[in-house]
Order: sequence, then C-alpha cells, then structure tokens
Amino acid sequence: MTTAILQQPGKTADKTPAARKPNRSFVHGLLTNKKALTGMAVMFVFIALALLAPALFPGDPSRITAMASLEPSAEHWLGTTAKGQDVLALTVHGSRSSLFVGLTVGFASTFIGILVGLASAYFGKFIDEALSLVTNVFLLLPGLPLLVILAAFLPPGLGTVILVLVITGWAGSARVLRSQALSIRSKDFVAAAVVSGERAGRIMFREILPNMASIVMGTLLACVIYGIGAQAGLEFLGLGDVSTVSWGNNLFWAGNEGALLTGSWWVFVPSGVCIALVAFALALINYAVDEVTNPRLRKIKTPKVNERSASK
Amino acid sequence: MRFILRRLGFYLIAFWASITLNFLLPRFMPGDPVSRMFARSQDRMQPEQIEALRKLLGVDDRPLWEQYADYLHNIFTGQMGVSISRFPTPVTEVIASQIGWTLLLGGTALVIAAVVGNLLGILAAWRRGGAIDSALPPLLVFIGSFPYFWLAMGALYLFGVVLNWFPIRHAFTDGLEPAFTWEFIGDVGAHLVLPALTIVLVSIGGWMLGMRNTMIATNSEDYITMAEAKGLRPSRIMLRYAARNAMLPSVTSFGMGLGFVVGGALLTEVVFAYPGVGYQLLNAVQGLDYPLMQGLFLTITAAVLLANFLVDILYVRLDPRVRSN
Repeated sequence: MTTAILQQPGKTADKTPAARKPNRSFVHGLLTNKKALTGMAVMFVFIALALLAPALFPGDPSRITAMASLEPSAEHWLGTTAKGQDVLALTVHGSRSSLFVGLTVGFASTFIGILVGLASAYFGKFIDEALSLVTNVFLLLPGLPLLVILAAFLPPGLGTVILVLVITGWAGSARVLRSQALSIRSKDFVAAAVVSGERAGRIMFREILPNMASIVMGTLLACVIYGIGAQAGLEFLGLGDVSTVSWGNNLFWAGNEGALLTGSWWVFVPSGVCIALVAFALALINYAVDEVTNPRLRKIKTPKVNERSASK
Repeated sequence: MRFILRRLGFYLIAFWASITLNFLLPRFMPGDPVSRMFARSQDRMQPEQIEALRKLLGVDDRPLWEQYADYLHNIFTGQMGVSISRFPTPVTEVIASQIGWTLLLGGTALVIAAVVGNLLGILAAWRRGGAIDSALPPLLVFIGSFPYFWLAMGALYLFGVVLNWFPIRHAFTDGLEPAFTWEFIGDVGAHLVLPALTIVLVSIGGWMLGMRNTMIATNSEDYITMAEAKGLRPSRIMLRYAARNAMLPSVTSFGMGLGFVVGGALLTEVVFAYPGVGYQLLNAVQGLDYPLMQGLFLTITAAVLLANFLVDILYVRLDPRVRSN
C-alpha cells in the first residue's frame, strides 16, 4: 500500500491527444514483464483449480471419516486431518471460497474507493473535506480489532464476512485514488470538459477515470490481497462461517484440533502456503504495474548509479 | 501550532467516531446479541448490575439521544461496566492488567522491524542492484505474503514443538511470581522471542521497500551529487545526506504501522495464547462478553490515535516545512 502511494508521480504524462496509446503500451509492458507473467501464471493455476474443484474432488470434502491424522501418502497426497478429511481436497475446495471472497471484497472496495476518490477530487471544497475526513478516520481505526468487533455483532455467514471486509478495506483505495484523481482534475482537458458543459458523471467516469487505469488496477490488486488475507485472519479466529470450506477455516480447524501440538504439520501447511502464493502472485503483478508505469523503478541502470556502485 | 491543533481535532473526531460506532453497534444489529448474552449469564449477576449493563448496551426504553449522552458520560468517567467472562471484575481492570503485555510485544516487534527494515532499505537503495537490493526484497515480500497467524503457527511448530527451543504459550512460566528479578525478566524474554519474531518477519519487508523507494528518489537529488563532488566519505553521504532526507515517510508509516502491529499482534497473541489485549478481545468475543469487547476496542483505538498524535508532534520537529505554514 505504501509503495503505491509513494510511486505515483511517474505517471502523469499528458494523454489528451491519444488516450488509447499509453494503455496499449501498458498492456505490452505487463506482458513482457517477468514479474507480471509469473504472477499471472500462478493466479491462472489457482483459478483453474478453484473452477475444477468439484470435478477433481467430487463429494463433500469436509465429510468426517475414520481415517484420522494420516501422514501424506500415495492415497492422500497431503494426508488427512484429525477428523479424517483429505487435506488436498479441503485445500482445493477451500480456494473457491477464498478466491471468491477475495475478489468480491477487492472489486467492491475498489469500486467504493473510485466513487469516493473521484467525487472528492472532482467536487472539491466541502465534499472533499467531508469525504477525506471519513476516509482518514477509517484508515486510522485499527483494522483487525474493528473487524473482530463488527463480526462479533453481525450474524455469522459469508455475507457478513464480505460486508465487514469491505467496510474496513475501502478507505485505503479511496485515499490513493483521490490523490491521483486530484492531479488529473487539474489538467487542462478536464477544465475544457467542464467549460464545454459536460455532466459531472461523464467527466468523472469518461474523462478522469480512464486516465488513472493503472492506479485503479494497482489498488484493485492490493484490495484483493487484503481481502484474502483478512478473510483468512477472521476465519482463523473462528469469526467466519465455520461450516464452509475455505483456507482460513481449514487453518481454524487445524488450530482447533491441535494439529500443531500433535505434529500434523501437513494439516496447516497447505492452506497457508496457498494464501501466501496467491498474495505473492498478486503482489508481483502489482509491482509489475508499478514498474511499467513508473520509469524510475524500471531496471535500467542510470550511469550515475553504476559509477557509484563501481567506485566502492 | 496550527498543524498540531488541526491534527488533534482530527484525532478527537476519529475517537468520537469509534465511540459512536461502539454505541450504535449493539443497538442496531439484527439478532439481538445482547439478549443472548444475558440469557447465558443472568443467574450470576445482581439485578442492579444487569440494569447497568442493559443501559450500557442499549436494552433500554429511553430515547436514543438520552442513552447517547449517558453513554458518553460513562465513557469519559471510565465506567465501562463489568466484564462478564471474568465477572465481577470491572472492564477497566481487566484491560489494565493486559495492555502492558501487548505494548511489550507490539513495541519490541515494531521497533526491531522499523530499525532493521529501514537500515536494509538504505543499504539496498545505496548499492542499487547489489546483493541486498536484488535478493532481499522478493524474499521479504514473499514472507510478508504469508498470513501473520500462519507464520506464527509455523514458528510455534518448528521452534516450539519440534526443536523445543522456546516456550510456546503465555508470557511467562506458570507459577513464576512476576517480579523485577533476572529470572523473571529472562523468562519473559524467552516467551517473547517467537511472537515478536513472527511480527518482525511479516512487517520488515514493508519498511525496507518503502525506505528503498524513497532513497532511490533522494539519491538522484542534486545535493547528493554535490556532496560526492566535495569528496565526502560515502558512508557520510549515505546516512547524513540521503537517508536523513528519506526518513520522513518512514516516520509517518511508524504511526500507521502501530495500527497494523496492534492487529497483527492480535492474531499472534491468539496463536501463542499471549495474555495481551488481542487475546483477551478474542476471548471476549467467544464468551459473548460485549462490555469487555467494547472496552478493549476503545482502548486499542485510543492507543493507536495517541501514538499517531505523538508521531505528528515529532513530524513537526523533523520537517520545518510543516512548521512554516
């Protein structure tokens, strides 16, 4: 998140004459960027697994059987839990809920962030002051305790988890998007649109928004990472819907059944690694977006830097 | 001065928002959680205590604004009701006995992560493309991708259960009397290692990358070239010229980082059963102890806001530009 804030000044080149061109080079830049390709490959695998889960492991993965706490073997590649569930099936099925919640939370909080950020930047004055105040308050309130409090009062369920994560997650994206929208708001082409009498909605969504596509994308990725991580944290605390199969719930049950103390490492390792892999893949894509759009971070070594490192 | 006052006003508004949230939550949530709580613990309580709790949590026939005024009055006079899971201890007492542990854990981890992370960031940016710069950031980002609590579980399993190097639960050995003796301090230190280590591991990457990116921008400033032209020692340029000017964003993230540490500490505390406010918060949730939950949330919020305010004051001292306007 902080890096995204720090790295904005790179992308403010004038795009009035050919609004499409930078976008094409942006996509090209992503497709030739090693980080982006790695990240997208990992995400592709996970999305495919999530979609194919019912075909790969038919039946209810959380059904309790007598084969309890088996070590990884040819029959159960990742062993079984203390309740005799196949860990691999749990992990693959878990990706469905985790990715679904992560993506939903990511899109929803980015959407709110776009609305708030654009409205702040476009209308300015009182509306900006008020919206910024609300955004900053939400940013400052400690996220996880707020999550816990909200989840404790709301009836448990998947809807609650998503709602709570959006409530705590939108503010970060709103702040980033507002500052970017502000710098575009001050450009001449926006002033021209205002003078020519275009409606506010059109200016915000057709003139300003397309010019900050890369920042929106970065924010979206950060929000999805947040959503997946926070969902896992919430569920690990037992505050999600414990009857669904997800990576966070797998870890909750692993902790609950004492997998750590009995030495069943295979029960808690896979779900955690999956969360980390997805978050890492998304972070890679995010860094790639930064690199492509911010020339300062590209791996071109300027002569000055070379001289200094050579002199030492 | 104006800056400080503005910030102070902002923090007061934020604090007011969290109090109001606390006030509204039990009153407007579906499913009536408060009645559930009373149904569970009614037989243990005195009638007047039940009455006080009903008022605190909004099971009350008075008009809303009157309840609100009463609620604010209670909060500012420190009356947060009695804890239900630890009946009849007042909420304030429960919190007071636990906040020290969280401050110890979170503070230690935050300071270590910030100092080491910033130093690594300085070095990485200074020797751009060198060993630190190319190997560490991806590694730390990868470690940072793991959920806090999962790394904590991993550390607990590896160093606690398998290798048995460190104790795996609580803040000190059961039966040991808390006192300022070397034995007790050493014991607390040993219990602190694993929880603190996990927080440091997860958060250090953010510090390092933030510092590195600001340093890269600072390194291309003219005054750095000037300092090199003057023939100053590289270490002096790195620390006194470049790093010093790149520090400001890190100072701001230190305040923000506190919020994350409180959140991260919550999960870590749960894994290690560390007796801080985070662990207590989860216990309160599980025990449907709404007064304690609310008290803990307010305390955590107040702590985070206060820390941010202190950071702002520090910022004014560090950055003359803020002082001049």
